[in-house]
Amino acid sequence: MEIVTLSLRVSGTALLFSTVIGIPLGVGLGLSRFLGRRLVIALLYTGMGFPPVVVGLFVYLMLSRSGPLGGLHSPLIPALFTPAAMVVAQCIIAFPLVAGFTMAAVMGVDPQLRQQVLSLGATRRQAALTVLMEARVGVVVSIIAGFGSIISEVGAVMMVGGNIEHRTRVLTTAIVLETRKGTFDLAIALSVVLLALSFLTNVLMLRLQGRTFDE
Amino acid sequence: MNGLIYQVQDLTKTYNGKPILRVDRIDVRWGEIFALVGPSGAGKSTLLRLLNFLELPTGGRIHFHDVEFGADRPMALKLRRRVTMVSQRPVLLNRSVWDNVAYGLRLRGQRDAASQIDAALAQVGLTALARQRARTLSGGEAQRVALARAMVLEPDVLLLDEPTANLDPYNVGLIEETVRQLNRERGTTLVLVTHNVFQARRLAHRVALMLEGRVVEVADVQTFFDAPRDPRTAAFVRGEMVY
Repeated sequence: MEIVTLSLRVSGTALLFSTVIGIPLGVGLGLSRFLGRRLVIALLYTGMGFPPVVVGLFVYLMLSRSGPLGGLHSPLIPALFTPAAMVVAQCIIAFPLVAGFTMAAVMGVDPQLRQQVLSLGATRRQAALTVLMEARVGVVVSIIAGFGSIISEVGAVMMVGGNIEHRTRVLTTAIVLETRKGTFDLAIALSVVLLALSFLTNVLMLRLQGRTFDE
Repeated sequence: MNGLIYQVQDLTKTYNGKPILRVDRIDVRWGEIFALVGPSGAGKSTLLRLLNFLELPTGGRIHFHDVEFGADRPMALKLRRRVTMVSQRPVLLNRSVWDNVAYGLRLRGQRDAASQIDAALAQVGLTALARQRARTLSGGEAQRVALARAMVLEPDVLLLDEPTANLDPYNVGLIEETVRQLNRERGTTLVLVTHNVFQARRLAHRVALMLEGRVVEVADVQTFFDAPRDPRTAAFVRGEMVY
């Protein structure tokens, strides 16, 4: 139970941060035109395909005591082998997915809609929110994709969390450990729990999203 | 107040270095229906967007309510909200018809305007469809929703960009009658962009011909159609190609 709770806490927190960063970024990239936009999009697309172990290595090097951030010894910077470090790694994995899919969803909304709501007296912020609401199916998909990428991720959390019992052991790292130990029954049980969690989260997302999928 | 709601002077608009619009002067009077006619690409819709303050001009200025709008002078939101536009191709929100009409009022923080919304829907004959999802409507019905969502805001100026292009005669008639009523009963100023000279003749008090981003002639509807000064206007009203 402790492992399940920690998995949900780490991935849920990472997803929250990724959503807070990714959705405004995706909306901004989808609606605005500026010099260097293509480069930012190319970087974002690269981020969407980041191998988790590479992210894990990057965060490990950054947060280690001799790394550029770890060396600062600031209370704001999480230490390695803590749940906070795992949240940082998972954020880096999930936010490009949330931002990229949100951008695609926003760009899929008829550009005339924004013009027309502006002409009805919307401020730029109100117009952006209206476009976001119209793209809500795609935005929910972006959050689901972000969650899917981190709840099932093992490489980064193993590297920066260390799979320490009662501290940083989550479902995926526990499955790897139990498989290596040969306790397949426990590994299978944990896998079923992981699949059920993923399924329930997606069902919840779809319910939150409302009726739009049925239209 | 000098009887003019818009005074356009030396207005230019350039896209990617290409000049699209160059209007020396146009005035629009309070409470009139002013039609802008001309072939495609004449700059009519660009002028309409500028009159809606949706983009900044490259040069020149527009006085609206005696407030200046120019390249370095965006229009304040409060005044921008006195003008509303209905486009040729309405894009409705993926909500109910009623919510679409309520949208502009909600933007302004008005949440207790049910009677206004019902009245606007009744005026365009869509009361029965109020709860239907807007995306399921026909083209004519969608355009009537677009007209209702603009009218309910009671703007000083309603800009109409080819509002009846590609619609059937029933919907054309209904929209034209609603527009006339709006002008007559509420005194709303209307600026109508159309390439349909017959529609301009039916609706407008004054008409302007635009060609290649410039205004060729402005006259009252009678003069414009029966005794135009410019030979290009005469050719256009006869239905000939003009350049």
